[in-house]
Amino acid sequence: MTASHAPVSVSPEEARIAGKPRLRRFQQASWDEKLIFELGSPGERGVLVPAADPSLGMPAIPAALRRAEPPALPEMSQQQVLRHYLRLSQENLGADLNIDVGQGTCTMKYSPKVNDQFVRDPRIAALHPLQDEDTVQGVLGIIHSLEQLLKEISGMDRVSLQPGAGSAAIYTNVAMIRAYFAARGEGEQRDEVITTIFSHPSNAACAKTAGFKVITLHPDADGYPDIEALRAAVGPRTAALLITNPEDTGIYNPRIEEFVRIVHEAGGLCSYDQANANGILGITRARDAGFDLCHFNLHKTFSTPHACGGPAAGACAVTEELAPYLPRPTVELDPETGAYRLDDDRPESVGKMRPFYGVVPNLVRAYAWIMSLGAEGLRAAAETAVLNNNYLLHKVRQIPGVSVPYAAGRPRVEQVRYSWEKLHEDTGLHSEDIGLRAADFGTHYWTSHHPYVVPEPMTLEPTESYTRADLDEYAAILAEIAREAYEDPETVRTAPHRSTIHRVRPQALDDPATWAVSWRAYRRKVLGEAGRR
Amino acid sequence: MTSPQDSVHPYAHPYIPNAVPAVRQAMLEEIGATGVEDFYADIPDGIRLHRPLDLPAPLRSEAELTRHMEELLARNTSTRQALSFLGSGCYQHHVPAVVDEVVNRSEFLTAYAGEPYEDHGRFQALWEYQSMMAELLDVEIVNVPVYDGFQASGTALRMAGRITGRRRVLVATAIDTDKLSRIRDYVRPDHEVTVVPVDPETGCADLEAVREALAAGDTAAVYADTPSALGIVDEALPRLAELAHDAGALYVVGCNPLTLGVLAPPSAYGADIACGDIQPLGLHQSFGGGNAGFIATRDEERLVAEYPSRLFGLVPTTVEGEYGFGDVAYERTSFALREEGKEWVGTAAALHGIGAGVYLALMGPQGMREIGETILSLTAYARRCLAEVPGIEVPYGDALHFADFTIRYTGGRTAAEIRAELKERGIFGGTPTGTHEASFCVTEVHTRSDIDRLAATLKEIVK
Repeated sequence: MTASHAPVSVSPEEARIAGKPRLRRFQQASWDEKLIFELGSPGERGVLVPAADPSLGMPAIPAALRRAEPPALPEMSQQQVLRHYLRLSQENLGADLNIDVGQGTCTMKYSPKVNDQFVRDPRIAALHPLQDEDTVQGVLGIIHSLEQLLKEISGMDRVSLQPGAGSAAIYTNVAMIRAYFAARGEGEQRDEVITTIFSHPSNAACAKTAGFKVITLHPDADGYPDIEALRAAVGPRTAALLITNPEDTGIYNPRIEEFVRIVHEAGGLCSYDQANANGILGITRARDAGFDLCHFNLHKTFSTPHACGGPAAGACAVTEELAPYLPRPTVELDPETGAYRLDDDRPESVGKMRPFYGVVPNLVRAYAWIMSLGAEGLRAAAETAVLNNNYLLHKVRQIPGVSVPYAAGRPRVEQVRYSWEKLHEDTGLHSEDIGLRAADFGTHYWTSHHPYVVPEPMTLEPTESYTRADLDEYAAILAEIAREAYEDPETVRTAPHRSTIHRVRPQALDDPATWAVSWRAYRRKVLGEAGRR
Repeated sequence: MTSPQDSVHPYAHPYIPNAVPAVRQAMLEEIGATGVEDFYADIPDGIRLHRPLDLPAPLRSEAELTRHMEELLARNTSTRQALSFLGSGCYQHHVPAVVDEVVNRSEFLTAYAGEPYEDHGRFQALWEYQSMMAELLDVEIVNVPVYDGFQASGTALRMAGRITGRRRVLVATAIDTDKLSRIRDYVRPDHEVTVVPVDPETGCADLEAVREALAAGDTAAVYADTPSALGIVDEALPRLAELAHDAGALYVVGCNPLTLGVLAPPSAYGADIACGDIQPLGLHQSFGGGNAGFIATRDEERLVAEYPSRLFGLVPTTVEGEYGFGDVAYERTSFALREEGKEWVGTAAALHGIGAGVYLALMGPQGMREIGETILSLTAYARRCLAEVPGIEVPYGDALHFADFTIRYTGGRTAAEIRAELKERGIFGGTPTGTHEASFCVTEVHTRSDIDRLAATLKEIVK
């Protein structure tokens, strides 16, 4: 029975709810969750599997190949497993829950939910890669069509969607460059790759892995890649230039054509890392600046979810001259029958870059994203990302302690690398401290890639996904942290205060005697337990 | 050229809120810009695209997009609609519902590179994945997943090369040709790959030939896959470890982790580095898009130093009783050292690690043992059953097989013709591995009657 509420007189003053504070009062979920090995009990089961039919018998397993003791995996009922992981998910922010502009260089944009539905459909999720081509015409069509879209977006002649992610695509481009020169008899001679310090570390690392010597250009006084350093670096040993433009500073190199020309004149190839392509979609293309190869990160520019660090997907685009070296197989369309087929007969191919044909779920998502936007939508995405970036730049540069190194007075494209050098000098606090304090306001903040060429760096990339109110909120958070840094530095120094956990003491991570990559290592080294569970 | 100020956005796209003209205008005014074009001032006119991209008209609404995608998906026939016996590196296993529930959570699906303070859950889930894989593999070090098993094998061999300072790599078991292609490309700058052919009768490693190949010296690693590309769990796996170690080489074993509830982990018979693909651990086939790789070793500094990938570690926080996490020996990585790091690290396949962790937690030791037994039993039954079909031989008679196996057609018809006829009867399988040889695969999703149906159908087709 419900109690009756007699009417009482309440003054408007008493009925009034105060407006929300300018900065949200956030509290990250903290379940004080145990490690999974501390849960469950022997005999519990999370899932049953089809049992072996006793009438079929079991083949003999040679003694040396039979498992001696069962693996010491957790034994948990299904709901306990679910609850554990859902608690962990609540202790994770995710781009869907925060204004994720603090993960600069990574293009954190909205991944439409409808696209996730397509990849969960069994007609994608339950397709086997070795099915006959006539049973997979839909997915082959999606791959082929996405290649056509990326050809137009890049201006290139051929595209491969096989690489497993952006860095794998960089590597694939390097492998194609290596194969190209080997085919021309210049493989031994051209053993150097030139890159810039503001390009992603994978450009340097992939080139090195592929056997090249790496030459890194540093910025000139204005923050542009140093053209004189390039002139000094190129020569008969130059295989390629691997460069990002705009670089991770957000600065577009206006002499990019000249860079390409200098390298071409030396006989090298030019490969465009388009990790930062989001601000230039439909504005300018790799081919227009003369590049021979480029790659895209589909999880960045084309909106597939970042998935805690993958699976992602990479796309390589090349000119006709490089096309013979693309990974095999390629997806081909028979113009007469309209049927798609896989072409594995590519003798000059660099071979396989991963099993099968690419990270197909992300290819499906990227295709759907581009198809939902079209040319006009891609341009609106680029222009809005750039508008958002310059709007945020306008707000952030008003915050005490922040500076915007290099290219003074010049605009930035889709991100900005800022510096808290002044704030550090004034307060002793580091960029990392600001990031830890940002967590208290329900948002993520990362400093920047190493090495810190810009002192106390912060890279913000707002993309097109965030509203003006989001950008105002993010800027307000940074302004508040800067205020605290000057007025109440202890609050920043001891942050986070509202996170799942407090500051880690990382020293144990670098010492072989204490680093613990697994539960059993932790038990042996730290807890001093002998033997296994 | 369309000036951006003049760009007409007749509607604000749902993914692009600030394309609302009034908002856009207000933001420009606040910045003091005349238009978006101001921000592109550094892009020379000569390389500007003076026309709209030539792309299909947008599918404006979610309904239209869904309709379009539905039409494309209808042109696929899934392995739920047909009876599939396809394997060879991508496996049809049951994916428990809880795995999908967890990996499709927004908080995991859309997160990226957060710090332990806002992404504590990601660190813990991946560290627990490492830890459960470590139990399965009976080692102490397992990495955050790399792209796939091909990458894991390539990297494991380069690790062995860096540790030994030697040049040659010997492949001792039957290896998938695509995997071999990837390995050859990947180790090319530093290593030369020699494939020692397996005994054509047994399908197993030719120990004498391996010994001879090792006698030439300079071998960094002996590499074996288990099951091999033929589906064989080779009885010679422990002997290969002895041969490798006697020659001062490391022993690198690629294994299917789903076998390890029943079969010994590679470390138990001498492997220095184990590697492989976790797709069988709760990841969908996704037309070959569901792969992720693992690398595993003992906890020795010289081994850990050579991992290019991220290794998450458990550490204390400033508050007693809290579990913190972070990167172990971060200075190894190319994130820290660019070209001076080990190979490279970037976005790879972390979420698949979380999914595989959920899978292992659900399965536990009993589930892993049972699924291994079920697959071993069904594989043996399928081989027996098909061997009785006139016109079919099942080679490598005595060898233990897991999931994948080969059959040989002794009549006049080719493997490709027979595969095509199977498909007409609603059965996917029989991937040709030669003119008259074909590969089939069974897993726990198959029943005895599925296998009987395959045998009966082949009986009709094989002449």
